Amino acid sequence: MTSTPEVSRRRFLTYIVAGPTVIAAARWADASPGLGSGTTMQPIPSAPGAADEYDLNDMLTDSTRPTANMITVTMHKDGTASFALPRVETGQGITTSSAMLIAEELDIPVGKVHVTLADARPELMMNQFTAGSNTTISTYTPIRSAAAAAKQQMLLVAASELGVSPSDLRTDNGVVRAPDGRTMTYGDLAEKAAATQTRQVEIELAAPSTFKVIGKPHNRVDAHDAVTGRKKFTMDHHVPGALPTMVCRPPTIKGAVKRVNNISHVRAMPGVTHVGVISTGVAVRAHTFGQCIDAIRALKVSWNPGTADHESDKTLLPQLKAAERPFGNVADVNGNLIDESFTFWWKSNSALEPNTAIADVRQDKATIWSSLQSPIYAQKQVADLLGFQTSQVTVRVMPGGGAFGRRMFNDVVLEAAEASKKFGVPVKLMWHRTDEFRAGRVHPMAISHVRAAYSGGSVVSFEQRHTSVATDWTMGFGEPITSMMATTPPNGQGDAGYSQTVWNLTINVPYNFGEVDHMVNEIKTYDVFHTGSVRNLYSADAAVARELVVDKLAKAMGHDPYAFRSTFLKDDQSRAVLHAAAKAARWGRHMPAGTAQGIAFHKEYHGVIAAVAEIDCRPHTVHRQVRQAVTGPRVTKLVIAVDVGLPINPRGLEAQMQGGAMDAIGQVLTESLHLHNGYFLEGSWDDYYYTRQWNVPKEIKVIVMPPSSDTPGGAGEFGVAVTKSAVACALARALGKTPQQFPVNHDAPLPFTPFPTVPPIPQSRRDGLKHTY
Amino acid sequence: MAKHTFMLNGRRVHVDAPDDVRLLWVLRDLLGVTGPKYGCGIEVCKACTSHINGKAFNPCSVPVGELKADDEVTTIEGLPATVEKDLHPMQEAWLEHDVPQCGYCQPGQIMAAVAKVREAHAAGREITDADLDEIRNICRCGTYFRLREAIKAGAKRM
Repeated sequence: MTSTPEVSRRRFLTYIVAGPTVIAAARWADASPGLGSGTTMQPIPSAPGAADEYDLNDMLTDSTRPTANMITVTMHKDGTASFALPRVETGQGITTSSAMLIAEELDIPVGKVHVTLADARPELMMNQFTAGSNTTISTYTPIRSAAAAAKQQMLLVAASELGVSPSDLRTDNGVVRAPDGRTMTYGDLAEKAAATQTRQVEIELAAPSTFKVIGKPHNRVDAHDAVTGRKKFTMDHHVPGALPTMVCRPPTIKGAVKRVNNISHVRAMPGVTHVGVISTGVAVRAHTFGQCIDAIRALKVSWNPGTADHESDKTLLPQLKAAERPFGNVADVNGNLIDESFTFWWKSNSALEPNTAIADVRQDKATIWSSLQSPIYAQKQVADLLGFQTSQVTVRVMPGGGAFGRRMFNDVVLEAAEASKKFGVPVKLMWHRTDEFRAGRVHPMAISHVRAAYSGGSVVSFEQRHTSVATDWTMGFGEPITSMMATTPPNGQGDAGYSQTVWNLTINVPYNFGEVDHMVNEIKTYDVFHTGSVRNLYSADAAVARELVVDKLAKAMGHDPYAFRSTFLKDDQSRAVLHAAAKAARWGRHMPAGTAQGIAFHKEYHGVIAAVAEIDCRPHTVHRQVRQAVTGPRVTKLVIAVDVGLPINPRGLEAQMQGGAMDAIGQVLTESLHLHNGYFLEGSWDDYYYTRQWNVPKEIKVIVMPPSSDTPGGAGEFGVAVTKSAVACALARALGKTPQQFPVNHDAPLPFTPFPTVPPIPQSRRDGLKHTY
Repeated sequence: MAKHTFMLNGRRVHVDAPDDVRLLWVLRDLLGVTGPKYGCGIEVCKACTSHINGKAFNPCSVPVGELKADDEVTTIEGLPATVEKDLHPMQEAWLEHDVPQCGYCQPGQIMAAVAKVREAHAAGREITDADLDEIRNICRCGTYFRLREAIKAGAKRM
């Protein structure tokens, strides 16, 4: 065997696992990818930042390496393969892409690969955490290695059975062919190739030049179940005796029950089986969720104050400004200055499927069902809560109805476990929609201040100070040890310890802007508000501030925003996506007054991405009327060009970019929570103006760039920051002034009447038959 | 506890429940029909959209006591049977456009789309962008653009 670099990158040690059919495990030890570089004429090269050298994905991926071999692909007698993915599918398409990887290596149709979600496996340590757009990056080689080992083992056995050399065998869609035409199927071989002892083997992965599945668009493997209503979420999962359960929550954030004044009355209500106080409120169990809602509304509870009862948007803003770290690390600011500060308001982390968990707590064991990004951490938290060993807690990971970072936190699991223990019966605990907005996780409000200096044809310095209400990182890397770090001083104490690390590993300035300096600071501690890692973390705001200032620099220096970016970007890979987006969008085409194009670039997740947005701010558009809705400016067209290195499923990638763009549009134009005396005013999707059909562009084009690498980057969050920046830049150009806050309408009179906080959830409606169509 | 009867996906069902329990919970918690999803309970998110006598409605906002014995409720599970096929043309269009991501809102989206197209066709016209702008169903994954494409494609086969 020759040992060219190309081959050595594809050779790995892995394991054949003892079992009834072929089971193969993965192992990998990959080299970190190299850095790009580039120089141009006028730009003053900037030194690579921390995230250019080693980013959050490198850290997440490295954290999975010690246990990366502990996944298995199993062959079955019917010729199918199965794989329990140690991540959670919540719409991002990883069951489909994982099936594609296995199909590629095994040479079987994708439809013959069954990917399920693994139960919590604490032995995997940091390798069962769905976060940071890292699933494909960290599992690409391990999954293929496991599949390749299974195939190799079957070929060895087939060679022996057929009396030929393994190298003479060919495979074709699950059939092994000998030179003389004799065949065996994987189904025939599954049992014969089973190992009696686990042993290490060396495997070779398929060469990228031979890929038949990877890189080709593939529809989702679960689409049929989704469109027929057969796809089962936690809420749809039947566990005997697990009756609907909900929680009556405090009127302010993190308030607590002082006293329940009418518990016997509520226990006697129709359908109600149990009522009892838990850590976060009063839990009610009933035969239907509707009866839980009625019972919660009937409860009379005296509450202790919450953690932020005296805080509102207007009290926090000056605190953020006061906590902003001064500029000045840049030694000598010469030239003209652009100095801009932007406010980014609270964003809800709600998915459409509310937080739901089923808990069945018995005397000596507990079983949990829920859609969880950090199931190992959930298992540990439940064990601690119940005084169990982790081995006494089984955590079944369910597909989720969206996640976006929300399901990293196990709030609902702990409530369900506590309620099940207290009531002595299984529960299916669900959050009301209003709970999601008022007691749910949020992206903290922040200000982002940028100062850039330019002189002649050069930008000589670029500084950014991002100041945020503290973000809760206590999920760590989805397991107990890194979680502990996030609660231990100085981390998590409002001095941006853990946050500073995440900031430094995610934020970069992709332009040659001379001296570059950026940092984050925080106010409050991580546990004052329910915050979390909302899709695209800091970049969703920080990149917008950066790109708006890039547009300001371009204008001040007399350049077109596209040409300016193209000149100052650090490398050709970056310029290629910018060019692709600009070309497809016909950048610079004539736009009527009141409309404009905006362009933006972003680099993260081992990839590069550019977007062009067109926006219409003309009166007839802005003032279009939709019932109980915010209309305003409309993004009419979007073009996104994305390079993720090696795209596994271009169709799934396209979907993720579209989805990120819908977040982006809402976050620029319409979508925020308003904090008022310790609670958020929003309580429904008709208050919280996430993108709806009347805000959707009629034209969206996603350009997936040809592979630029032999390894994949991340996709789940990549569409947010760049589209948000492009929309913000388009808006600034259409209006002729740069917005200072996002969403731009946050200070407008509230377009809705807030629900009361007591009772904490609104009454179910009864007029549904009046609104049929 | 009152006894209620109505037609559900072509079959007569009987269920015991207080009159004011909303139909969504009767379907999901008592009858085990889980295609219609909960997303708000107040007729906003539209994740539970189903049909009553062929028209779109939100069972989260209809007390079961308001149903009459001959009312025909169709959930996503019963949609294909209304055209006597394994899949309704709208579901086929959804698959061709690979619309779903998490899939949670999709049963409601499909039921809303079918009703919206029927409404346009009944008025003797094709579905328009203005019609699509009126659809209120939330999709938090942001499949909106593919939803629009799929509805237009599905409408042509209805």
